[in-house]
Amino acid sequence: MEVGQLQRQFVEHTASMFHEGFLDGQFSQLQQLQDESNPDFVVEVVSLFFQDSERLLNELTRALDQKCVDFKKVDAHVHQLKGSSSSIGAQRVKNSCFNFRNFCEEQNTEACFRCLQLVKQEYLLVKNKLETLFRLEQQILAAGGSIPMME
Amino acid sequence: MGITAGEAVMARDRLPSGPPELHVLAVDDSHVDRKVIERLLKISSCRVTAVESGSRALQYLGLDGERASVGFDGLKVNLIMTDYSMPGMTGYELLKKIKESSALREIPVVIMSSENILTRIDRCLEEGAEDFLLKPVKLADVKRLKDSVLREQGEEHKERRSRKRKLQDEYIPASPCDLSLTPTPCPSPPSLQPPSKRHRLLNVD
Repeated sequence: MEVGQLQRQFVEHTASMFHEGFLDGQFSQLQQLQDESNPDFVVEVVSLFFQDSERLLNELTRALDQKCVDFKKVDAHVHQLKGSSSSIGAQRVKNSCFNFRNFCEEQNTEACFRCLQLVKQEYLLVKNKLETLFRLEQQILAAGGSIPMME
Repeated sequence: MGITAGEAVMARDRLPSGPPELHVLAVDDSHVDRKVIERLLKISSCRVTAVESGSRALQYLGLDGERASVGFDGLKVNLIMTDYSMPGMTGYELLKKIKESSALREIPVVIMSSENILTRIDRCLEEGAEDFLLKPVKLADVKRLKDSVLREQGEEHKERRSRKRKLQDEYIPASPCDLSLTPTPCPSPPSLQPPSKRHRLLNVD
């Protein structure tokens, strides 16, 4: 695929991620912190987010599977997930954590379990889309083009 | 596609203006947040040491009881930025320990939190926090903080120099006919408390 096409795809994909609320302004902030001295900054931070999230989602699954659920622990994990998703601009993941915390407070296992499914879903969606974004970046650079700046 | 004027300004602001002016100790249990705050500080020409807990921070500062406070690695810390919610020791508890230490209480401490809870903010400011930042922390927050800390340092430095000069004047033996060398009283130290912190904080968008 030629560079122009790849760049157009990149622009469209990025724009849709923002329009559909997968990403918010914080992601743009991170992109602005990237430069020639730190060309992989965004990929590195997002990779940390993926690692953290997967660990937390596993912990949450385990915690909610217990006979006697430790809601303080569950809440602590959700708080962490909310924090890191907020830090990279993963808006829908962040938002799915709000209700989760409320149900922790109510000690409602059923509802917490449903929230967990929702958070997992949102996480997988944004992960998929971010990986596509990074792949497009790589392809553009490999084809000798430059990454378009988004407004 | 060329860069916009806004981006050009960003790029210009981002060029390091010289050697790092501040050494900042960043404390956060989140790996993601440590990485982001580190980048924000480096872009703002600060030297950064990032640790994952309050106890590691105290260790680094030489307050863990195992080492003297001098000579941990020779790099004086000018500012501490700590997350509030951390397992083990919270940012508030870390703040208290630092303010209780005669060796470290002068170091400004900033609390960062994702939760905008007024009682929490008040409690931290009352305990002597320099500022309270809402997460996610922005580049503008870091720049403002850096300017404020440098300004306070500059005022302290000036005050110390002027006090030194006054002392030197007092020790010059006055000749019988020279009546102009009467010691003048020390000026009161400049106020280091920034006015109405709460007012400024509530103006956060």
